[in-house]
Amino acid sequence: MSPRELVSTVHGPLTEPALHAWGWEIAVYLFLGGFTAGLLVLCGTALWRGRRNPGGPSFALASSGLPALGLVTISLGMLALFLDLAHKPFVWRLYVTFQLRSPMSWGAWILLMVYPVLLAGVLLDPPRWLRDRLPGLVRGFGARFDGDVARRRLGVVAIATGVALGVYTGVLLSSLGARPLWSSALLGPLFLVSGLSTSASAAHWLSPDHDERTRLLRLDNLLLAVELGLLGLFLINLSSSTQAHVAAARLVLGGPYTAVFWVGVVGLGLVAPLVLQTLAVARRIADTPLAPILVLLGGLALRFVLVFAGQASHWSRL
Amino acid sequence: MARLGMVIDTRRCVGCQDCVVACKTENRTPHGMNRDWITYAYQGTFPALSLTIQSERCNHCDDPPCVSCCPTGASHVHDWGGVVLIDHDACIGCKACVASCPYDARYIHPDGYADKCTFCIHRVEQSKDPACVAVCPTRCMHFGDLDDPESEVSRLLASRRHHAILPEAGTGPRIFYLE
Repeated sequence: MSPRELVSTVHGPLTEPALHAWGWEIAVYLFLGGFTAGLLVLCGTALWRGRRNPGGPSFALASSGLPALGLVTISLGMLALFLDLAHKPFVWRLYVTFQLRSPMSWGAWILLMVYPVLLAGVLLDPPRWLRDRLPGLVRGFGARFDGDVARRRLGVVAIATGVALGVYTGVLLSSLGARPLWSSALLGPLFLVSGLSTSASAAHWLSPDHDERTRLLRLDNLLLAVELGLLGLFLINLSSSTQAHVAAARLVLGGPYTAVFWVGVVGLGLVAPLVLQTLAVARRIADTPLAPILVLLGGLALRFVLVFAGQASHWSRL
Repeated sequence: MARLGMVIDTRRCVGCQDCVVACKTENRTPHGMNRDWITYAYQGTFPALSLTIQSERCNHCDDPPCVSCCPTGASHVHDWGGVVLIDHDACIGCKACVASCPYDARYIHPDGYADKCTFCIHRVEQSKDPACVAVCPTRCMHFGDLDDPESEVSRLLASRRHHAILPEAGTGPRIFYLE
């Protein structure tokens, strides 16, 4: 094929960076959304399994403040999303319609469902400051929902909501076929597993129960390994597809996002904590907060790389 | 229902950018943002070089990804002609449509909403051509109903070799370029 060169007078992000569609806000939102999704799944699993902690709070995991943490992280995520909107006074328009084919519309409604589920989690095992300030509400909620059946039901709802939220953060990108880097169905599971991993890592860090910390460490190791596998499949998927997808994969395989992807996401965010946590499980090294911090930063870096590199990937006209 | 589209003769287009200026004037697009633009595609090796000039804009696709991804329904397909439009008062400026367009035809207006070519629907509803078509000094641009076999655009497509931009993106573009 003879050489071809294309000159365009269109204004775009290559010549005017301000025209980039999505910036840091969306990357942060996707990270916090995935993190909250993971918290929901973890808390839901604890409630569903009905594991009680004799003598202490009824569920070590759920009562370690994770639902309250989830309320904070999802609110910060929604704040980031709101900051990204260019037409802010019209944000209410999201909630006067439901667009079946729009993942963002699904996400807007899923985000609304997350709040009551997390609030119920907080009220089931209320922190002391809440018990002191709103004793009537806490007692009333406890009297109505503190049975095993109610807890198990709430657990199932929390798991379902968490999975929906976690998968949605990936589907939001993968539904935009104009960006070849994103056009992979693996993004949904990848973001869900990444959200689970970051939340398991944070829960392991925060949990007051030693056995639970060990279980969460093992769970996070499994999730990190699965995430590495999904990332590998994601790159194989792109590299064995059309020319546009191969070019998109090159963005992280020799292109401008290579260093941050392989060093930040894969090296420091996945492999290093996996090694550290494996050694900690084997009691070869102390269990320090270093690994959870790396996992959290790695999860954030994954969203940044995919959001920015995705927007740099195009269907080629050359 | 009509299926409005455009046919542009690349053998006649000289890249004068009258269409760009006409659109800017007609639609008062903000400084630094255009609803249409020109691309110059050079092919070959000197001295065997060829140049193709194309006037480009939103392709008003048959299966517009900007419409399906819109969370509020602001991006919609107009009842008449299948023109893809944006209801500015329903747009929240989430930019999903900007990211979803393989043609980079959309931008965020300084007032906050997504904006793009409308095929000058306000003119078309008065039986006029879009501004870009009306001003073209070489008459290289043609506008009409692609579903009407007697229309000028259909006859041109039936009689000349043509191509669309990025048909492989799967959106069903409705702007065709005569070769």
